[in-house]
This record gives sequence, C-alpha cells and structure tokens, in this order.
Amino acid sequence: MKAALRDAFLSAAVALGLFVPLVGLVLDNGDQGLVLRARPIAAAVMVALVFFGRLAMRLWADRPGKQARAIRRSIAVPVGTSKYIAPVLLAVAVLLPLTGSRYYVDLATLVLTYVMLGWGLNIVVGLAGLLDLGYVAFYAVGAYSYALLAEHFGLGFWTCLPLAGILAAFAGILLGFPVLRLRGDYLAIVTLAFGEIIRVVLINWVEFTHGPNGITDIPRPTLFGLRFSNDEGSDTVAAFFGIEAETIHRVIFLYYLILALALLTNWVTLRLRHMPLGRAWEALREDEIACRSLGIDVTNTKLTAFATGALFAGFAGAFFATRQAFISPESFTFIESATVLAIVVLGGLGSQLGVALAAMVMVGGLELLRDLLSTIGEQMGSELFSGLAGDLPTYRMLIFGLALVAMMVLRPRGLVSGRTATATLGR
Amino acid sequence: MRECRSAKRLLWLFGILPPKTAACLLSRCNDGVAALAYALQQLINGIVLGAIYGLIAVGYTMVYGIVGMINFAHGDIFMVGSFLSLIALLGLAALGVTAVPLALGLTLLFAAGLAALYGWTVERIAYRPLRGSFRLAPLISAIGMSIVLQNFVQVGQGARVKPMEAAIPGGIELMNQGGFAVRLSWMQIAIVATTLLVLAIFTWLVTKTPLGRSMRACEQDLKMAALLGIDTDRTIGLTFVIGAALAAVAGLLFLLYYGVIDFFIGFLAGVKAFTAAVLGGIGSLPGAVLGGLLIGLIEVFWSAYFSVEYKDVAAFAILILVLIFRPSGIMGRAEVEKV
Repeated sequence: MKAALRDAFLSAAVALGLFVPLVGLVLDNGDQGLVLRARPIAAAVMVALVFFGRLAMRLWADRPGKQARAIRRSIAVPVGTSKYIAPVLLAVAVLLPLTGSRYYVDLATLVLTYVMLGWGLNIVVGLAGLLDLGYVAFYAVGAYSYALLAEHFGLGFWTCLPLAGILAAFAGILLGFPVLRLRGDYLAIVTLAFGEIIRVVLINWVEFTHGPNGITDIPRPTLFGLRFSNDEGSDTVAAFFGIEAETIHRVIFLYYLILALALLTNWVTLRLRHMPLGRAWEALREDEIACRSLGIDVTNTKLTAFATGALFAGFAGAFFATRQAFISPESFTFIESATVLAIVVLGGLGSQLGVALAAMVMVGGLELLRDLLSTIGEQMGSELFSGLAGDLPTYRMLIFGLALVAMMVLRPRGLVSGRTATATLGR
Repeated sequence: MRECRSAKRLLWLFGILPPKTAACLLSRCNDGVAALAYALQQLINGIVLGAIYGLIAVGYTMVYGIVGMINFAHGDIFMVGSFLSLIALLGLAALGVTAVPLALGLTLLFAAGLAALYGWTVERIAYRPLRGSFRLAPLISAIGMSIVLQNFVQVGQGARVKPMEAAIPGGIELMNQGGFAVRLSWMQIAIVATTLLVLAIFTWLVTKTPLGRSMRACEQDLKMAALLGIDTDRTIGLTFVIGAALAAVAGLLFLLYYGVIDFFIGFLAGVKAFTAAVLGGIGSLPGAVLGGLLIGLIEVFWSAYFSVEYKDVAAFAILILVLIFRPSGIMGRAEVEKV
C-alpha cells in the first residue's frame, strides 16, 4: 500500500509537469493576437485522474495471488464463441436494410468501407507482416481512377470498378519494386512518404485532378443499366419495377454493394491463405531470413501481397467515389491510413473477424456513442452531454492513438488473435 | 535554370579577370549579380532551416542507434516543444520579463525541460514495456503515441494556428546588388548560434561524461552493456530525454523563425528530420546534423528554383532514393542482419 501510494504520488508529479502547461494554460486566438488563459480545474482533474488511476493499477497488480494477466485474458474474445460471432454478424449485416432506417444503413455503409479497407490492409500487414503506412494512397488511386475515367471517357461504375482496382494494384507494384527490399520500419516510413507524395500531387496537379477543389458530379452506380433517380426517365429502377422512386433505394443498393465487395475481399483472403502464396506470406511475416533460405522468392511474395492489398483498396476507393459523388485530396490524409492501421492492429493482425469487430467498435461505436450523448443532451437540456457529443469527433483520434498504444502494451497479439498459422504440421 | 547558369558564369568571371574588367562586365549583366545574390540568400535560409532539422534528426538517430526503432512520436515532441515555448514566451511577457535574451533563455530551459519530461513519459509508457516484443510492436505503439500527442495538443490548445510576433526583429544587409538585397536577420544568426551551442553541449555530453559513455556502449551492444552492469533502461530513458530536449530547442527555433505554429507541424518536420537522419546515416550523430543541413538546403533551393508546391515531394523522394540506393547513408555503417 505504501509503495503504491508513493508510486501514485510520483506519477501525479510527472502528470503535474505534463499537464499544467499544456492543459492548465491555453493559447486563445483573441482579437489582438494570442492570449494566455488559465484552466486550473481541467489540469487538476487530469492530475487527479493520473493519481487515482495509477493507485488503482498498482493495487490491482499487487493484489495477492493473481497477476495482471487476468485483465489481459478478460479483454480477449473467448475462442469458443468466436465461431458463432461471424455467422451472426453476417446475418445481421444482410438483414440490416430491412429496418428501413436510412441512418443505420448509412452508418453501416461507412463501417463496411472501413471493414473492407481493414481486410485489404490485413493482407499486407497482418498476413505478410509488411507495415504499410501509406495504404490510403491506393485508396486515393482507386477513387481518382474512377472519377477521372468517368469524367473524361464517360465510363460507368461497373467498367471502372475493375479498372480502378487494377490501376491501384499497379501503383502498389510500382511502389513495391524499389522499396520492398527494405527492412520493416524503413518500409513503413517509405510507404508513408509515398502516401504523402500522392496527396501532394493530387493537390497541386490542378489541370489533371482539379486540385484541392476535388472532382464533383461523379456518376452513381447503376443496377444492370438502371439508374437510381427520381426523374421520369424509363431507365430508372423505380420505373422498371413500377415502384415509387425513393432515395433510400440507392442507399440500400450502395450498402449491399459494399457488403458484397467486403465479402469478396474476405473470401479471397481466406482462399489465398490456403494457397502456397498465402502460406508464404505467413511464413514471411514470421521470419524473412528463414523464408529466403527455404527458397521462397521474397520479393515476389511481398509484391503480390502489396498488389493484392492495393487492389482491394482500389475497389474501396472506387466505391467511395461513387457513394460520395465527390472526392478531394482532403479525404486521403495520413489520418485515414492510421485509422485503417489502427483497425487492423486492434483486430489482431491477421484475424478477419477481429478486423470487422474493430472497425465496428472504432468507427460505428464512436458514431453511435456521439449520437447517444447528443440525444441525452437534448432530452435533459444538459450542456455537459451535448458538449461531450460535439467534442467526440475531436477525441476520436485521441482514443484511436491511446487504443493503439494500450493494445501493443497489453495484448500485442490483438483482440482476436489470428496469428496462429493457417497450416501446421502434425495435426 | 538559366539564372543558375549565369551565376556560375559570373563566378568564373570573378576568378580569372582583373577586378576592374570584371566590375565593368558586371554592370552590364546586372541580372547575373542578382542571381548570385539570390542564390546566396537561399544558402543562408537553407542553413538556418537545416540547423532546425539537424537538431530534430539527432533525436531520431540516437534512439535508432540504441533501441533500433523509429521513434515516430519524435516529430510530435518537437511540436509539443514549440507549443511549450510559445506558452512560456506569453507567460513570461505577462509576468513582466521583457528583456529578450533573458526571456528566450528562460523559455529555452522551460521548453527543453518539460519536453524532456514528455520524452521520458512516452518512452516509459509506450516503448519500455515492448522491449523484446515482436518486430513491429514498438513502431505501431510509436504511431499511436504520435497520434495521441497531436490530438492531445489539438484538444487542449485548439486547432487554429497560433501566430507570434517576431521576437528579434531586424538584421543586416550583406549586399545589395542588381536590385536584390541579401539579408541576414538577427534571428537567423541567433538560430544558428543556438544550434551550435546546443550541439556543443550535446557533443560534450556524449563524448566526455559517464552517461555518454554508457550511451555509446548501449549503442554498440545493448545486451553486452547490460551484462557489464550498465543500467540500460535508465540509459535508454535518458536518451529519450536528451533527444526530446534537443527537439524542444528546435521547436523554439522553429517558432521564432516562422512565427506561426499549429498542432500538425510535427508530422512534416518529423518526416523530414527522419529523412535527414537516414541521409546522414542512421545511428551517426554528426551524420544527423549533416543530413539536416543537406535537407534544409535541398528544400530551400528546390522551392527557390523549381516549385514551392512540390518541396515536400522533393524531401520524400530523397528519402526513398537514399533508402533504395544507399540505405546506410553518408556516414553510416552498412547493416549486417544476423540470424
């Protein structure tokens, strides 16, 4: 107890140093330049949080018998139940539009986009063990491929979808060729640099990409040539089926589209894992030198992982472009790469189910929490809750970052550990 | 490009012709002199910017040398350092400390000290528990820490850019030829002087003190150093502390030079400083400073002669090229991977 108290006091002292200047004092942009405003209560709350948090942690760790391992175990999804989670999730996903709620379908579409990106990145990071910090570049290549092809050549979504994927895969190979010889963390930085290069080029090459203004009026997808539209034309879905035209039809169509694309990603990944290529990826993740000595062509194996991951990012990018009908370089910042990486890491680096769960929690969960808070705020007329709801998007990345660190420290193998090799001897 | 060539021709003229003839010729090609003056100005700007990058790069290279990880959050420590500096400057002004050298000196100590605390905390929370974990774990944790620091400052201090008036106005005009004046501001002199002073202290610390000796020992062989009784955890922690303090000094200099900061400056500056560390040869301390200078010069000259928009692309492209063709950098040793 005494040691725990001393420890907590020390942590509080450090927290005092950390938080008093940056939380306790705030730089306000006033009319006459910056003004320094004191915020003692916020700083005091932070320091108190650190003190009691540290105290609780120490007492928990020091309690007789059990070690901190118990906490780690409790975070994990139990192995037995995970067998049933996937089919249930799939059923919910398929049946979701029956609720008819535009809000939920829109939210689920967003979540599924991240699930798909997460699954795509999972091939590169989770299976092949190549840390790619510029994944958003391929997403951008896919989105811009579709938008530009549609603008200049009048091609439709279904023609462009494979093209966008192929172009993104080419971008992956183009980047992969020179850099894949690099060691893990160097590769991470180079992919990061590549992502930034793509973004800067998108912003500055105005004649080609329309620069920061982005591309507007990207055509919506069609269902076997039928448009989703409210106008009187005979080639609309509504006219063909003889139903009332409603916007929600398109929303639901887009939802099923991304669901299909995501499931395709999942299916391909699962199949690939049973092929020699997929096994080579997993072997590469565990030990590159051993792979080389066993005669695996390391460069080719890495390149295919890179290209496959990029392919799915390209698909997702084309989908993103057609869903938003507007894209600009703003949507393809490093934060997006970091978000997708966070999802993959939280999901357990290699686990398909884990990625889906992580995307649901990190993207959907936070969104739902924000709405919950703002509803409570409205109902009770409480400043606190609506204020919290307004701040939540700002805190989103903070929570992402903390989750990444906590995950690595507590459970480096992820929520649902999928790092067990697909193929093993002797069973 | 043309200006460049005429400047070269001009240098040649100075070398071989008697002064009088050269001066006569000079009056005829005024644009040539202006081009030379322009290049000189870029050289000054590049060195100043390079000094800032060099200070950040030292932190990257030290950590990489000892722990073998890219401290992705280092750029954000630099950003925190410049916010701490701005807060300290405003606070000191409010307290009535108006003497500029005193205020700057106190700010430097304050920012370096607190940023060092940030560096130590980051290491303690995010990296120390991961020693010996799988390959990518510390890097992912570092990315997480970088996101945390960025958003912590964004939430705490607001997302708007924070402007500041120039603390040391004025300067000297070196030459005014062909309608182009080459200026060397007091601020630029102060930045380079501070950098040299800080680097001198740092060199003394690494080469002459027991701490420096244990740092070098850890850099050569962490396990062996531990076996010989060096407290490696403490040494690594202090490495982060020193790196963070240097980054905070760079943060203060950046604030003084550009007069405007926001929560996102750490990202670009961090990547560029990392590029500098790689260019100089990661693990090599003089290499980091040299790399910083080169990156600063390249960036400034690229902006001046080609395009400002693509200056970041230039820096990133250099990073990629160096890693592909000479991963050991200018002064680094080639790495041998052992099983």
